[in-house]
Amino acid sequence: MNQVRKLACVVVLVVCAMSAAANWLAPAGYAKQFREAPDAPPSRQHLLGTDEVGRDRFARVLYGTRISLLLAPAAALVSTALAALVGGLAGYLGGFWLRLARAFTDLFLSLPWLFLLITVRALLPLNVSPLTSVLITFLILGLLGWAASARVLSTSADALRDSDFILQARASGLHGPRLFLIHVLPNLKPVLYAQFWISIPVFILSEANLGILGLGVAEPLPSWGSLLRELEGLISFREEPWRLVPLLLLIVVMTSFQLLLSNEEVTA
Amino acid sequence: MSWKLLLWRTTQRLARKLTVIAALVLLGGLLSATLVRMAPGFDSDERELDPSLSSQSVNALRLSRAGEHNVFSFYMNYLRGAIHGDLGISHALGQPVKTLLRERWPVTVRVVGVGLLLAWLLALSLAFTACLGRRPAYEIFGITTSGAFLCIPAAVLALLSVILDAPGYLAIALIVFPKIYRYSHNLLAKAYGLPHITAARARGLSETRILACHVLPVAGPQMIALAGITVSIALGAAIPVEALCGLPGIGQLAWQAALSRDLPLLVNLTVMVTLVTLLANSGADVMVYMLARGES
Repeated sequence: MNQVRKLACVVVLVVCAMSAAANWLAPAGYAKQFREAPDAPPSRQHLLGTDEVGRDRFARVLYGTRISLLLAPAAALVSTALAALVGGLAGYLGGFWLRLARAFTDLFLSLPWLFLLITVRALLPLNVSPLTSVLITFLILGLLGWAASARVLSTSADALRDSDFILQARASGLHGPRLFLIHVLPNLKPVLYAQFWISIPVFILSEANLGILGLGVAEPLPSWGSLLRELEGLISFREEPWRLVPLLLLIVVMTSFQLLLSNEEVTA
Repeated sequence: MSWKLLLWRTTQRLARKLTVIAALVLLGGLLSATLVRMAPGFDSDERELDPSLSSQSVNALRLSRAGEHNVFSFYMNYLRGAIHGDLGISHALGQPVKTLLRERWPVTVRVVGVGLLLAWLLALSLAFTACLGRRPAYEIFGITTSGAFLCIPAAVLALLSVILDAPGYLAIALIVFPKIYRYSHNLLAKAYGLPHITAARARGLSETRILACHVLPVAGPQMIALAGITVSIALGAAIPVEALCGLPGIGQLAWQAALSRDLPLLVNLTVMVTLVTLLANSGADVMVYMLARGES
């Protein structure tokens, strides 16, 4: 691991640790309103000031980071599992199933990702509890984000189907799900890991986009999307530069994820 | 290969592509209609809560949506109407969908078109500078700039363009640029690293000639394929840009349709966006095929 990747790893770990320690670092919590100090500038009490309803912005950034960083990998896990199931199985079975899976992934990929995401999210209830909105948002990301990974996995599984060791396993009498689970799936692991890691930053950005458009995590729960939505009221950067902290944090974390993913993984 | 044979094979390929496109577009429309139909609260209409409406008016409202209850019959009726040029009426905006699309397409075409053009210009100039300049500083600059924009959500770039009073197409350009830069830079670097290009340089061939005769034939086909993909990326980016910058285009319409669960509008938009994306990708694919066959 080179120095830059080590640094990126440290940055992600520090951000994760800080968000995990949000209860201690910001004991006031993300929802408590300091009604006497709405829109307050940074001070000792409120490191990043307060928002327009008087909530501590530092606490909201920490809790929002926790939600985004916890649930994006969860959504990536769902999408990778779906991709393994659809793409891996289709590649392994080949023929009609492979063509069907490819047609289905083509259909998903032919729609711009954000268009698909907004349409499906808007079809689900918007007036739900904050916790339900978090689950809906990230579940949608996981359930809709499998197509690109499935395409890669179907190609890899297709290439594996006629490999020597699979032919030998078949000749030894291993067939069906056992062959898939014992020989095909373990050989897809590197591609699965790569797809999992690639999906995380994509889902973090997607949640942020949904949040800014008002279709993400519901108030008062914070997420990077809802925190970035605050930029809507910003008139100039010079007046309140501390409002840019969530954006800077997002850029730092996303850059770290990019640096963590090596070229080989991205290619895979 | 003779030109007649090339033309025949290209026509065959084109016909196959068009059949696949038609099937995918129809499936996309059906998928969208099914999703909207299955959405919780599809049957409810806010207008029914209006206390000033009589029971007959409420019944009339319910009757107007009765045809949409069975998704297949709705979709069949929609297709029948679409063949005759009738795309239905938007529930939320109360206008014919055809009129809405006709009014809004030019805005999106302009914003997406100029944005794409700017993105390609910026990405290619940076990629060529990095590959031809052969100085680490150029490469670091390109990677850092594209990396920074890759890390910013499209909606944030749209918001920043509002704050800075910048045009919407600039936001689209900055959303698409990093993807083009990363890919085209890799392609060019790979092409410039080929042994025959090193040999050509050693023999004193000018950079322009190397580019035209040796680099573009290698990297060109994949760049054309990338051009098809960037149309889809730009269309996706148009949603937050138009919604947040207040541009009355297809992206804003899609956002409004999604929020108001406007079934006729959503189905039409899905069909249209799928069609444009597939046509762009297939057009690029056919061009690549023609170039490859023409060379052989």
